[in-house]
Amino acid sequence: MALKGNLKDFGITQLLNLINLARKTGTLYLEGPEGTAFLCFKEGKLVYATSGSEDVNLPTVLQRAGKLTAEQARVVQANMAGRSDRDMAMMLIQAGHIQQQDVVQSVRQYVLGLVYRIFSWNEGTFRFEPAQLPIQGKMVTSIALENVIMEGSRRLKEWERLQDELPSLDVSLKFAEKPTTPLRDINLTVEEWRVISFVNPRNTIQQIAQYNSMTEFQIRKIVYGLLQAGIVEIIKPARPAATEAPGRSQRVEDQVRVSTKARRPDVKRGLIHRLIDRIREL
Amino acid sequence: MQTLKIVVTGPFASGKTEFIQSVSEIDVVSTDRRISSQAERIKDATTVAMDFGRITIDEELILYLFGTPGQRRFNFMWEILSEGMLGFVVLVDSTRPETFREAQRILETFRNYSPVPYIVAANKQDLGDAWPADDLKIVLKVESGIKVVPCVAQNRESVKQVLLELLYSILEVMDQQEE
Repeated sequence: MALKGNLKDFGITQLLNLINLARKTGTLYLEGPEGTAFLCFKEGKLVYATSGSEDVNLPTVLQRAGKLTAEQARVVQANMAGRSDRDMAMMLIQAGHIQQQDVVQSVRQYVLGLVYRIFSWNEGTFRFEPAQLPIQGKMVTSIALENVIMEGSRRLKEWERLQDELPSLDVSLKFAEKPTTPLRDINLTVEEWRVISFVNPRNTIQQIAQYNSMTEFQIRKIVYGLLQAGIVEIIKPARPAATEAPGRSQRVEDQVRVSTKARRPDVKRGLIHRLIDRIREL
Repeated sequence: MQTLKIVVTGPFASGKTEFIQSVSEIDVVSTDRRISSQAERIKDATTVAMDFGRITIDEELILYLFGTPGQRRFNFMWEILSEGMLGFVVLVDSTRPETFREAQRILETFRNYSPVPYIVAANKQDLGDAWPADDLKIVLKVESGIKVVPCVAQNRESVKQVLLELLYSILEVMDQQEE
């Protein structure tokens, strides 16, 4: 029986927790704001994951992990088109291009990266199909979910913090007129440089992310870092009127509810047995 | 004449009225009204005060079943209804995961009202997209030792089984207290 629902009501953390505790085997199909993905589990362990929007095979995974060059990945894909990931892995290992450990680590890294991205999906739908494992020919891994849930939750908190700091991506950036940190002391990563190169009052952060094919999480993290370093400043649009914080009415409701304990009726076992006998007769 | 009370609670449209109707020997005294809120137009009418069913045990003993109102604006009734209850049933619509969080909140609220035994009934198990009771136990974070029983609120035998399981739980608690 498939488990179906909405990510808004039943989040990724809860789903993984259920799969872990129930030691489930099957595939979790997700449709979220960034597209589709499916995650495969065997007896409560994450064995495979892929995003529906990208056809990721082993050479791509190895290239992203820095184990193959773009040219090597292209050649392998061209020569081994239609072959399974396992076959490609065997060939690459036997040819001495990579070691078995590289494959294991790269696949693990790819699967985890995808799952952590999915943690930020707070809307969309899910469907868990028990016993369904579309992983034939794929390189699988086996990852205990406890740590994934903890790390995902930590990243989610980071994500929430980033969202608090940078609520909208429809704002622009400009270089700070008086940087708080001497520029010569700043080391920027390649990704940060890519963002810096688009800093212009005419480009919104959203547009910068699109130009660089970055996810919301990636761009928020980078912009947050640049803001903290005092390199850039936000050009803020007019702020909308403050609205009431969500959940307020519920908090008030909870406070109003008096916590007087109801008394348990003083009943004897005989009464309960009489109830049981009567209900059986109904 | 002695009366005992079991409370049937759960999120909006979880099947509380049907549950009580299935076993009550009187027509359930229900104060259903047409639903006005757009968000709650899942069913035509909902319980605005409470459902009230009765099972006569014998000449000296009557069991009342009270259903709590499903809509949040009537939550002030919950504590009143929980006063003096023998135990309570948390009814969950197994086909609507969007209500699970609310079910968990209700469960915790009732647990705080009174330390009486309780049981979770996973309703609508006759439907194809129902989540299994074992999974509900996990997602609702139900304590170990608390039963989560599959249920079909429209089916009298199924409702009887839920009530019996609650009564067995009450006996188990009594046994533990006597030890």
